[in-house]
Amino acid sequence: MVTLRVNGVSRVVDVEADTPLLWALRDALHLTGTKYGCGVAQCGACTVHLDGQAVRSCVTPATAAQGRDVVTIEGVSGRVAQAVQDAWRRLDVVQCGYCQSGQIMSAVALLAEVPRPSDADIDAGMTGNVCRCATYVRIRAAIHEAARTLGGAG
Amino acid sequence: MIGRRTFLHTSALAAAGLVIGFDLGRDPADAQPPPPASGVWTPNAFLRIGADDTVTIIAKHIEFGQGSHTGLATIVAEELDADWSQVRVEAAPADVDRYNNLLWGRMQGTGGSTSIANSWQQLRQAGATARAMLIAAAARTWNVPDGEITVERGVLSHAATGRRATFGELAAVAATLPAPSSVRLKDPKDFRLIGRRGPRVDSRVKTDGSAIFTMDVQQPDMLTAVIARPPRFGARLKTFDGSAALWVKGVTDVVAVPAGVAVLARNFWAARKGREALRLQWDESRAERRGSPELVAAYRALARRPGRPARREGNPGRAIAGAARVLEAVYEFPYLAHAPMEPIDCAIHLTRDGCEVWAGSQVPTLDQQAVARILGLPPAKVRVHTLLAGGSFGRRATADSDVAAEAASIVKAIGGRQPVKLVWTREDDIRGGRYRPLYVHRLRAGLDAAGQIVGWEHRIVGQSIIGGTPYAPLFIKNGIDSTSVEGASTLPYAIPNLGVELHTTDVGVPVLWWRSVGSSHTAFSTETFLDELAHAAGRDPVAVRRALLGRHPRHRAVLELAAQASGWGAPLAAGRARGVAVHESFGSVVAQVAEVSLGADGLPRVHRVVCAVDCGIAINPDVIHAQMEGGIGYGLGAALWSEITLQAGRVQQSNFHDYRPLRIDEMPAIEVHVVPSAQAPSGVGEPSVPPIAPAVANALFHLTGQRVRRLPFARLAADGARA
Repeated sequence: MVTLRVNGVSRVVDVEADTPLLWALRDALHLTGTKYGCGVAQCGACTVHLDGQAVRSCVTPATAAQGRDVVTIEGVSGRVAQAVQDAWRRLDVVQCGYCQSGQIMSAVALLAEVPRPSDADIDAGMTGNVCRCATYVRIRAAIHEAARTLGGAG
Repeated sequence: MIGRRTFLHTSALAAAGLVIGFDLGRDPADAQPPPPASGVWTPNAFLRIGADDTVTIIAKHIEFGQGSHTGLATIVAEELDADWSQVRVEAAPADVDRYNNLLWGRMQGTGGSTSIANSWQQLRQAGATARAMLIAAAARTWNVPDGEITVERGVLSHAATGRRATFGELAAVAATLPAPSSVRLKDPKDFRLIGRRGPRVDSRVKTDGSAIFTMDVQQPDMLTAVIARPPRFGARLKTFDGSAALWVKGVTDVVAVPAGVAVLARNFWAARKGREALRLQWDESRAERRGSPELVAAYRALARRPGRPARREGNPGRAIAGAARVLEAVYEFPYLAHAPMEPIDCAIHLTRDGCEVWAGSQVPTLDQQAVARILGLPPAKVRVHTLLAGGSFGRRATADSDVAAEAASIVKAIGGRQPVKLVWTREDDIRGGRYRPLYVHRLRAGLDAAGQIVGWEHRIVGQSIIGGTPYAPLFIKNGIDSTSVEGASTLPYAIPNLGVELHTTDVGVPVLWWRSVGSSHTAFSTETFLDELAHAAGRDPVAVRRALLGRHPRHRAVLELAAQASGWGAPLAAGRARGVAVHESFGSVVAQVAEVSLGADGLPRVHRVVCAVDCGIAINPDVIHAQMEGGIGYGLGAALWSEITLQAGRVQQSNFHDYRPLRIDEMPAIEVHVVPSAQAPSGVGEPSVPPIAPAVANALFHLTGQRVRRLPFARLAADGARA
């Protein structure tokens, strides 16, 4: 048994101690927005926030998340998240969409840390997130767009 | 990939008349419009209109990123005069009669960039017919002539009396009326949605985590299955011991299936741990034991001998023998995995009187038939739920329905006790075969004293994708698998003596179409070799192509557009060079100019790509832009990094660390230009892939003086260019 605080709600999860957070979220809590892509932290499809930091949930043991705040795509909220999701929709970033939960979680974490990222900042912050549809042109544009809207509002 | 020419001919005739009979299928249930059930009117197989004004378009094609759901809905909504905000899209059930791909016969399928092309007239008619019935319903209700009624954005109006009604308000009356036997389609000048950017229908669910892929399917008591597969292709299970696997908490079953040994568990993690605990012995007596180096050596030897003719004009051998100058090059292309983001998967549930299947398959009716065969059910008892697919690039279109068949064999092995979701791990995906075949090409050409190409000889060596599948009669003619030579046998350049030959090899590695199929390799060899000839003749690569494309105005137009927009010929920053390529695939023509520098690692850095495309009428220009961008990225990633290699029959790669995908810092800026066209639409999912690798290689030559003979580019650093 592992106790997890996910999207603001405390949940007792019946998983083995070595289960990665990804599979606790997907198989035990049925939060399927967080995706399995590689299982070895090479693609970023499983990205969630742990105490506000982007982490790869496929290599993070569920036990390591105990006592910390886990936020998934289903629960991500606030000004930055809204700006990112709005920009993603305005620019129609998605193609197959499978990696986009992870892309958005990484982008939100990036913008929370670097409000006006340069192209180099985006490269550094997003290079761990693979998109096989190669929507990268629009991911970059949407991050810049989200940064602009956040700057305008603040 | 099927019968584009025939289809374009037919649709051109249809477009000329603009009044076409309407027959959506042979299902007798469709002959009479059904009465509205709970306020929903179903005018035909592609459309439902609700009393709440919701217009639901039934998509017979899978959505795996290419924007088919958005494009198909745009066509129906255009002829219906619906408002884009009232449009929803739902995946069609598997049905060979109502939802077949019109270019493929009695098969429902998505592939070969045909979704929009084969649906164009069908969906225009579906929308126009429903619109005509709504008008008739309004005319009857208001007692006014049909011709005085206008339709705009989901509302019907009669100007003289000021009457107005929405689709939903008229649906119940429309449902009682007969469908007209023919309808008038819109004049393209009146299009309101086609040719404009309509937002994608799937953006919201794909940005809030609510989109459901096969990986996300949940059913009560559903088990997750993974399969232990043989270490070499063609090996078979000898014995297995699953006792240790069954000790893993959560594991429920260990069963032998044709693909290997399946481990079932209450969750993925337990299934994976259970698989690691299996003890397996394989019979490898009939396994493929050759490695990539042995295959390449054998293929290179074959390439020196004449092959089976795929195209022959004039006498290329004699022309080359008599040429003032002869150039020759041998190219190597590796096996490639598709590696879609969503590893392949299939969920299945045996019910009391049939079976339910959840999959993101490109060929749902083949899956339906394969599952029915394995479970001993009539196909109609197999209900296929087509879900969004997390990419595919061809991988989810196997002639033997490999994944659905595996899922069916597992659920059968446990007696249908519980629903099962079969998941391939990423390692399974990278090592599991069904690759773009390994090929060797040998090209020879002769130039006369004036630098004109007088002869061209192209030999291709590799496995047939189609051989042994039900598609063979369609694609294999005179021993030539057209997917092995397409792009080479269809070379558009006016060269008087031209020969294309094929050696089809027999290797035990399963192969499959990979985004752009034959053009994924033929565009590279033809477009880099032509560039080499241009250089040898001291002529400009764009000028040479333009001069040889006299009979191909669409090629010329995209070439000129890309060249002009890229500033071809204008000076570049120091250390940068441009390269060009143009290629037709799936009825669309794409030209790209890549602006490249040389990285410190000796590999190309691509800064900017200017892309021009002619894909007929542009249904949704923004989706076309997205497909050009994505195809360039997919092709560039493969060209830079990707190769599957075999050592003594074993695949050496396993995951994204050694089968490296393109990442954001390697993505160039991309500028897309869509050529205005009045022709019926052709595909955009694949045609942007072929030109990028040769365009980059041609630019690289200007920086290094070296020609790239072997992909991926990453090999340049390892072993240099080989002649």
